[in-house]
This record gives sequence, C-alpha cells and structure tokens, in this order.
Amino acid sequence: MEVLLNTILTLCVLGVLSAVILYFVAQKFRVEEDPRIDEVEKMLPGANCGGCGFAGCRGMADALVKNDDISSLFCPVGGGDCMKAIAGYLGKAAAEKGPQVATVRCGGTCEKRPRTNEYNGVKSCAVASSLYAGETGCSFGCLGFGDCVKVCSFGAIAIDPATGLPVVDPDKCTACGACVKACPKLIIELRKKWPKNRAVYVSCVSKEKGAAVMKACKAGCIGCGKCAKVCAFEAITVENNLAFIDSQKCKLCRKCVNECPTGAIKLVGMDPLPKEPKAPAAPKPAAAPAAEKPAEK
Amino acid sequence: MKTFPIGGVHPSENKLSSAKPIEVLPLPEAVCIPLSQHIGAPAVAKVAKGDKVLTGQLIAEAGSFMSANIHSPISGTVTAVELVANGQGLRQPMITIKREGDEWVEGIDRSKTLVKECALSSQEIIAKIKEAGIVGMGGATFPTHVKLSVPPGKKAEALIINGVECEPYLTSDHRTMLERGEELVVGVTILMKAIGVDSAYIGIENNKPDAIEHLRRVIAEGGYKGVEVTPLRVKYPQGGEKQLIAAVTGRQVPPPPALPIDVGAVVCNASTTVAVYEAVQKNKPLIERVVTVTGKGVKEPKNLLTRMGTPITTLLDAAGGLPEDAGKVINGGPMMGRAMINFASPVTKGCSGITVMSGRDAERREASQCIKCAKCVSACPMGLEPYYLSKMTQKKNFDELEAQMITSCIECGCCQSTCPAYLPLLDWIRLGKQSVMGIIRARAAAAAPKK
Repeated sequence: MEVLLNTILTLCVLGVLSAVILYFVAQKFRVEEDPRIDEVEKMLPGANCGGCGFAGCRGMADALVKNDDISSLFCPVGGGDCMKAIAGYLGKAAAEKGPQVATVRCGGTCEKRPRTNEYNGVKSCAVASSLYAGETGCSFGCLGFGDCVKVCSFGAIAIDPATGLPVVDPDKCTACGACVKACPKLIIELRKKWPKNRAVYVSCVSKEKGAAVMKACKAGCIGCGKCAKVCAFEAITVENNLAFIDSQKCKLCRKCVNECPTGAIKLVGMDPLPKEPKAPAAPKPAAAPAAEKPAEK
Repeated sequence: MKTFPIGGVHPSENKLSSAKPIEVLPLPEAVCIPLSQHIGAPAVAKVAKGDKVLTGQLIAEAGSFMSANIHSPISGTVTAVELVANGQGLRQPMITIKREGDEWVEGIDRSKTLVKECALSSQEIIAKIKEAGIVGMGGATFPTHVKLSVPPGKKAEALIINGVECEPYLTSDHRTMLERGEELVVGVTILMKAIGVDSAYIGIENNKPDAIEHLRRVIAEGGYKGVEVTPLRVKYPQGGEKQLIAAVTGRQVPPPPALPIDVGAVVCNASTTVAVYEAVQKNKPLIERVVTVTGKGVKEPKNLLTRMGTPITTLLDAAGGLPEDAGKVINGGPMMGRAMINFASPVTKGCSGITVMSGRDAERREASQCIKCAKCVSACPMGLEPYYLSKMTQKKNFDELEAQMITSCIECGCCQSTCPAYLPLLDWIRLGKQSVMGIIRARAAAAAPKK
C-alpha cells in the first residue's frame, strides 16, 4: 500500500513540476505569429492547388498578411470575391481580376487531323514532345496523352475519346493553371470566363504557313487575317501566321466566327450570328462545328 | 582482350553491309542544310535567298566558340533560309540550295594522292579544322576544334581514335577504316601534332579483324611512330567516349563536369579523323560523309558517300527503296538512333546510318511492373540506377535526380534493352536529364550576374 501511495505521489509531483517548467519555457520561446494569418487561411478556399504560386493556402495567407502590396497576389480558385473579402479584412487593395477558365486551343480532332505515324513510347506528352513532333502532321497541336488531365486536382479536364482532345469542364475548372504549365505544346491558356460559359477563341496554335496547316489539319488557323479585319474591338492580332483573340478585349460579337474559312474560331455557349445573305457558302462550315460545340462541353 | 569494366550489353550485331564497298551517291538535285548540326550554338547563315554558292563555300559561320562552320555541299542557288521540319517533324532553321552543276571553290585539292607531310603548327592545324567545320561524326557532333583546344593547366597524354562502331547494323566507320586506312593514319599523326602527344591508340572491336589487320599493316609499312591499334572485346557501348577511354587506358573519367582531358585523353572518331586529314592536307571542308543504309528488309544494304543535306528518301531509294514491311526508320543505329517521321529530312554531319526496322522488330512490347531485378543496374556502363532514375523522373523529384548523377547518363539504352519487364526506362531518364540540365543551366544563369 505504501509503495503504491509513494509511486502515485512521486508521479503527481513530477507532473506538476514539468507543467510549471513547460509553462515558462513556452513563455520564453513563444513564436509571435500574426493571428490574422489563421483568419486569412480560413477565408481562402483551402484547395492547396498551388495555383497562386505558393505551395499551399497557408503560404499564400502568410504572404497576404506580411506583404504591404498584395496586388500581385491572386487566388485563382477563390477568384475576385475571395480576394476582395480578404483585402477588406486586411485593409489592403486587392488585385482586380475577373474569373478565368482554362481553354484548350487545338481543334485537331481525329477526323480533322489524320494520323501520319504511330507512337509507342511512354504515353506522356512531356516524353513524346521531347522526342518528336507528334502522331499527326501538325507539330504544334495536342499530343493527346493527357499530361493536363493527370495534373488537374479538380477533375475538371478529361480526354474526349471521340476527338482525342482534352475537354475542360468550366464549372469545375478553378483556373489554377496547373494544366497550362503541364502542357509542353503551350496549347492551354487561361481566358476570361463569361457568364453561362460563353467563349470565342482561336482553337489553334500553329505558326506554320497556311498551306502547311491545311495539309496537316482541316481545323487549323491559316493566318489569313479575315477575323482581324472584321473585329471592331481590335481584339484580334495575327502574328506568325496565327490569329489570337485577346479575351480581355473581345466582346463576344461573333463576327469573326462567320469569317473564319477553316472553322478554327470556336464559339461556345451561343448561337452563331445569322447567316449573311451576301455569302451563303461562307458561314456554313463555321456554323457546323459551332453547333457541335455546346453538346461536347 | 581489353574492354570497359562496368556494365554493357551485347546486342545482335547485324552488320549487314560490312562487306559492301563505299559507293558514291549521285549528287542530289537540292539540299537542305540545318544551321544546327552540332552541339552548341547554331551557326549563323551567311547567305540569303537568291545567292549563288559554290561547292565548299562557307554558308554559315560558327555562332560562338562552341559551334561549327557549315559549307555548301553542292553548287547552285540558295532558294530559302527558313524553318523546315527535321526528321522528327520539328521545325529548324535550314538553308535550301538548288543544284546547278558541280563547281568547287578554288583551293580545294580533290585529287586522291596521299599527302603525308604536314608542316603546320598545332594552332594552325586547329584553325584549319575549325575553318572546315569538323564535328564528331560518330553521332555526338561535338565540335572537334573545341575538343582539340586543350585548356590551360591540363595536359593531353594520349590520343584515342574511336573505330569501335559498337552500334548494331552500322558499318560506315568500318568501311572508312578499310578503304581509307592510309588517310586515317595520316589524320592520326596530324591530330597527335595538334594536341602535342606522341602516342595514339586506334580502338577497334574484334568483330572487325580485317580493319585491325589492315590498319596494323598500314602503320607498319608507312613507319608511323607512336600509332598503335588496340583490339577490344565486343561490348556495347564501347564507342562511348568514357567507355573507350576506360577500355584503352584503364582510366575512369570522373562524373561531370570533368571531361576526358582530365584523365589526359582526347578521343576522336575514325571518320572524323579522315575528315581532319582532308581539311588539313587538302583544304576540303566537311561536306560529305559515309552513311550506312541498312535493315533486314532493305533490298541492298549499302555504304554511301553522301553529300550533307541530301534527303533521306534519296538514300533509301539507292538502297532499293523503303521495304513494304518497314515499321520504323531510324536516323542512326537501333540503340542510340532516333526514329524519324519525315523522310524528306536531310543527312547531317552526325548521321552515320539509316536503319530500317521491319514491322515486328520495330514494335515495343507491353511494359509490366518493375520487379527490382536490377538487371538495368548491372547493364548501366555509367554505374547509375536506371530504374530509380526513371521512377524519380515520374515523380518529378529533380533534386534527387541531380544527386543521383542523372547528368552523367550517356543515353546508350543498355538499361531499356535489358529490362525483362520492357519498361521504357530511357524515355523517362532522357526527360529527367533534360529537366535537370535545364535547372542547372538556370541556376548558373542566376548565379552569373552576381559575380
């Protein structure tokens, strides 16, 4: 009995002693951390996707609290509203950025861009592009091995088996930019996200001359410049035989869609402009892929 | 018999064209000359569309020290200087020339007479080699003048001539050694003078006994002092620079950034040595080379003396056309070569052969799981762990790859060829090596301005 009592007492005294020592040590070595970091971290979406450039949301929260100027920081997942709320809480000016969505700029489906060779190496875009141009005649287009699919943490991108091209689900896409970095052909771009997922974009990145593009792919941009001429907002530039629509300047007027002779300008979520009576042949090929598009997405 | 100490494999040799004498391919109607046919900075074009050029005229100048001149292989008119798809379908700047006759630049000695004596100094020889645009013709295309310029503080002790040709199928070096042995040996004496050594070893694998015997006779009859033929036991990749040094001298080149010169060796390919002879003694720039066109399905495997820039299709036609069962056409040999998709692409300075693999040989077998048997580790001639490097590349663990010396991989393909699970080890390792080298370059660039 005595042994038991002694043991219990000794342990109790030891416990109290340790607690007192620990209390003073904790006081002495306490790390002062801004409590706002925790608050800001809670306000961030918590996706830990790395889209902001930091390893996770904690890193971003830390930077948001510590930096005086946070205009260069942006959480693509939370978007403008989230940034505004954080800026309001911290009393700083937030970056103004509208919502964005990843856009795959290649229209070279299996039927429009026939295969010229067969690749049987590692099924990875990074490996294939380090070896050669790809399975089709176009050295700029999508390789279709799905490196973008593998890096997406939100399940927002998938290869459509019918077309062999990646398709982005705009509702799931958070514009974190992981796929943009993963694509060795630089096909994926973050573009302005319109309501109802509407979009007009050039679905081609080929810098080849027109004749070479036509030979390799029926849906390629040939750099004819018709779209740039018709654009009233100076949103379209043609450089290196390739048209590019600036998504910040584009007003979705859809004039360029009807002008494009190869159907390289894609229209999503909207009906094409009514056909002009002057040129009945021209709008037809443009209208056909546009009609398919909403069903695909 | 000598060979390198670690790793290596012995693939089927398939030297189908070793008994075929070198044939001269008729001049092509048009050529396409890539500005980047060597390791280092691309050459800078000196001609524009519409210019008339002569055979042997300088058309592109070395872009930096680590670069090489390019000369016109035919005479005619420049039709374009633009981006053209190469063998892999990737666009590269190239000079296109349409042929008109065959007029040579003055001063080039085209006679066959052997010129033994060379009164030039070491610097003059290297300057002539640089002028002629000579690069390593075994496939690595390292500019030869850079290799011969021994950095201060280091000393070359021996010259090693690479007549190994360990790559299956290819026979261009073998035929060159047999048919141009005397020129080769004179080239060796010139190279010895250039780097200031008095001993040279010509390393030849013992599956080429005729070449060993022929060169030994040439050396004995001509009384060339210090030149010696070293027979080597057949093992791939003995033609790798570091493997050859280890096989001939027994010295191991330390991992990068160490170079062969750190163990006192300078290695030069056999065909390159003949090109050096022609450049120094005959003023002839590097405008043609021997290309082996071979493969089991090819009607007449051949060794063709080809002007640079000739389309691959012309060579295939000369060998009886592309066989019907062709599954893969490779620029180079089956171990180190690169599969091509564009046969209109040109022969370049590093193209030692065109190998056509028939349907079944060309196909890769389905990969299964790694069973950690470590066959790849035993096969790696650089002492690396290929299965681990491949895995780490897939995990994008570049720090670990760098620590595991991925940059010393010579991409010989022994690991992949020996893997019982048919894993695409080299595909991944190449990607990892490229990424790590990019990271190292970026780090060096970031560190440079601070100095």
